[in-house]
Amino acid sequence: MGLTGLEIYKQLPKKNCGECGTPTCLAFAMALAAGKGSLDACPHVTDAAREALDSASAPPIKAIKFGSGSILGDETVLFRHDKTFYHPTTILIQVSDTMSDDEIAAKVAEINDLEYDRVGLHYSLDGVAVVNESGDAARFAAVVAAVAKATEKSMVILSNSAEALKAAVPQVAERKPLIGSATADNYEAIVNLAKEQAVPVILKADGLDALNDLVEKAQALGYKEFVLDPGSRTPSQSLANFTHLRRLAIKKKFRPFGYPVIAFTSKSEPLDEILEASVYVTKYASAIVIKTSIKAHLLPLLTLRQNIYTDPQKPIQVEPTLHVVGDVNEDSPFYITTNFSLTYYSVEGEVEASKIPSYILPIDTDGTSVLTAYAAGKYEPDKIAAAMEASGIADKVKHRNVIIPGYVAVISGKLQELTGWKVIVGPRESSGIVSFARTL
Amino acid sequence: MPVTLVKEKYPSKVGEVVLGATAAEGGTRTSVIRVGGDGTLPFLQFEGSVENRPIIAMEVTDIVPPWNDTIKEQFGDVLGNPVAMAKKCVEEFGADAIYLKLIGADPEGENRSPEQCAQVVKDVLAAVGVPLIVVGCEDPEKDNEVMAAVAEAAAGENLLIGLAEQDNYKSITAAAMVHKHNVIARSPLDINICKQLNILINEMGLPLNKIVIDPMIGGLGFGIEYAYSIMERARLGALAGDKMLSMPMICTVGYEANRAKEANVGAGEFPGWGELQDRGILWEAVTAAALLQVGASILLMRNPASVRLVQRNIADMMEQNA
Repeated sequence: MGLTGLEIYKQLPKKNCGECGTPTCLAFAMALAAGKGSLDACPHVTDAAREALDSASAPPIKAIKFGSGSILGDETVLFRHDKTFYHPTTILIQVSDTMSDDEIAAKVAEINDLEYDRVGLHYSLDGVAVVNESGDAARFAAVVAAVAKATEKSMVILSNSAEALKAAVPQVAERKPLIGSATADNYEAIVNLAKEQAVPVILKADGLDALNDLVEKAQALGYKEFVLDPGSRTPSQSLANFTHLRRLAIKKKFRPFGYPVIAFTSKSEPLDEILEASVYVTKYASAIVIKTSIKAHLLPLLTLRQNIYTDPQKPIQVEPTLHVVGDVNEDSPFYITTNFSLTYYSVEGEVEASKIPSYILPIDTDGTSVLTAYAAGKYEPDKIAAAMEASGIADKVKHRNVIIPGYVAVISGKLQELTGWKVIVGPRESSGIVSFARTL
Repeated sequence: MPVTLVKEKYPSKVGEVVLGATAAEGGTRTSVIRVGGDGTLPFLQFEGSVENRPIIAMEVTDIVPPWNDTIKEQFGDVLGNPVAMAKKCVEEFGADAIYLKLIGADPEGENRSPEQCAQVVKDVLAAVGVPLIVVGCEDPEKDNEVMAAVAEAAAGENLLIGLAEQDNYKSITAAAMVHKHNVIARSPLDINICKQLNILINEMGLPLNKIVIDPMIGGLGFGIEYAYSIMERARLGALAGDKMLSMPMICTVGYEANRAKEANVGAGEFPGWGELQDRGILWEAVTAAALLQVGASILLMRNPASVRLVQRNIADMMEQNA
């Protein structure tokens, strides 16, 4: 990633044989730089050159996959507005093996139930982190097995003891858990276990210098499926550490830190813990282990995660078809808006609050808001007229009134002419809909 | 092996704005507050100075506010009494400043006169010693009259007054200049309009260190990511030396977060979302916590329970990490 065509060209054999499908080596280099081809297409490239190009073109932060679809890392920017953040923070809830079997079963059931629907999106919690606090390897293995049975979600298996991990991990290795944590004292045993079982492993050290040493020693064991923990447990120090790790990996291509990061909250009071986790969601943690599993606590955190990981260049859209709010009938009011999700759900929320069953038709504006769409010529009367026709609204209501957003009052004449419907100018802000609806 | 860390060197800083004035400076505040002044990204003390911690100004209204019951209950019988409400915010909830919202001026509502509004401001000034942030009722014409009266009545107090907007900034800027107050410049989630507005206000003669940016945030779940990125860009702009983006930022957290259905409807109506109590507190607190990470200097907040949480979060973030 980030190599120019000329940098690639220097490593190529310069035979201009055309066997790769492009006429010259330079053209092939350009195609590679643009991501349009693979180096494998060239039969003459040397192994040394291949390695140089591969490592230079490897992503700055390795993607680590585990559990059921959890992807950590593989990020390329420090600020979301530079491109986007790709892989939403994996959030895991801690379960201790000192809890009773009943408590564990109840906790896992609660975790399984953490699924939410809001503004047309579905959020769910990613997984469970089983922690060995009992100091008993057999107990730990039994709890890991029980949790694996009780949930389909991703698992993290945490112990300071290599013995305990050896007892617990193999029985659930096919679930591909993330295991840890390997430290300077025990890394050989734990990293080798991870390698044998083909599962990713957390490397934990106290501070960045020690972490750098540990990564290099662990890499020397011939394994690279790592997740990093710089050991900090306060929000301020973790912010600093995560920023350093992300910057070094991306700006300096510093290979030892080219792995995703896991955060552990330190706050014992659940609401404080959610705020602490909010910091880690915004600032580069690929996974977070938290303690609270209360529904009302997780919704705000998962919402923040969804917001921060939204692609700034692709607005979220709703289907531009006729939507129904409540138990509609042939007298129900008919609103139009745009298919920008934020706009649509602001309108839908207020229409719902008015307690008057209504129809809402979001016009396809490529996910832009009312004024943006209007300014870009995507909210023209003829387009709206066509959408109204296609929606079949005429067969659903017996009145012929359409309510338009107040900001585009200027289109009402033309729209009335085109559709023959009476155009009613609604409030400018959706927050005015409730009082407006009462006057209908 | 020691790792060579990447530490950015920024050529410039966020501007510093002073709120309030003590008796020595011609006002009656018991202390002043400084906001902004940072020479680094939020809380990254390892590469620059974090001059002033972010502050929380709690919202006080001149009439009983249309808030939900879980918030109102925490205020008890002081609602509708701005003096008692302001005292409670400062003494009991630890507000750094008071955000006085004169919703009673609304021509569609109680339609209070500019003189009545100015009197409320004076009463609150007499009751508490912290700096005041004062805005009107969001009816532009009425607000121009109200804020002119307020600015005059509180001359010398060095208030932060709002709102100056792109198509309505002249009269409030003039009032702030004559009576020596600071101004909130509000732009609709647009960094270009934000910059342009600061230029227009500055061209009238108000110094840059008397302006605070209100980027019109979206609340959690309702566009917070737009505000998040705009604020992040503004902070990077300030550090890179863009003077017209280097003002401290103020965020209407209480208003935006509590507009969301998620902060208002009980578990009876939406069982999938869990109990309202904690959910409402967190909806406002998480909105604030996220915006702190992109450089919010003044948080305008409402729910006392959320304020307590965010106070602790700010204290945590201000811990040394160099």
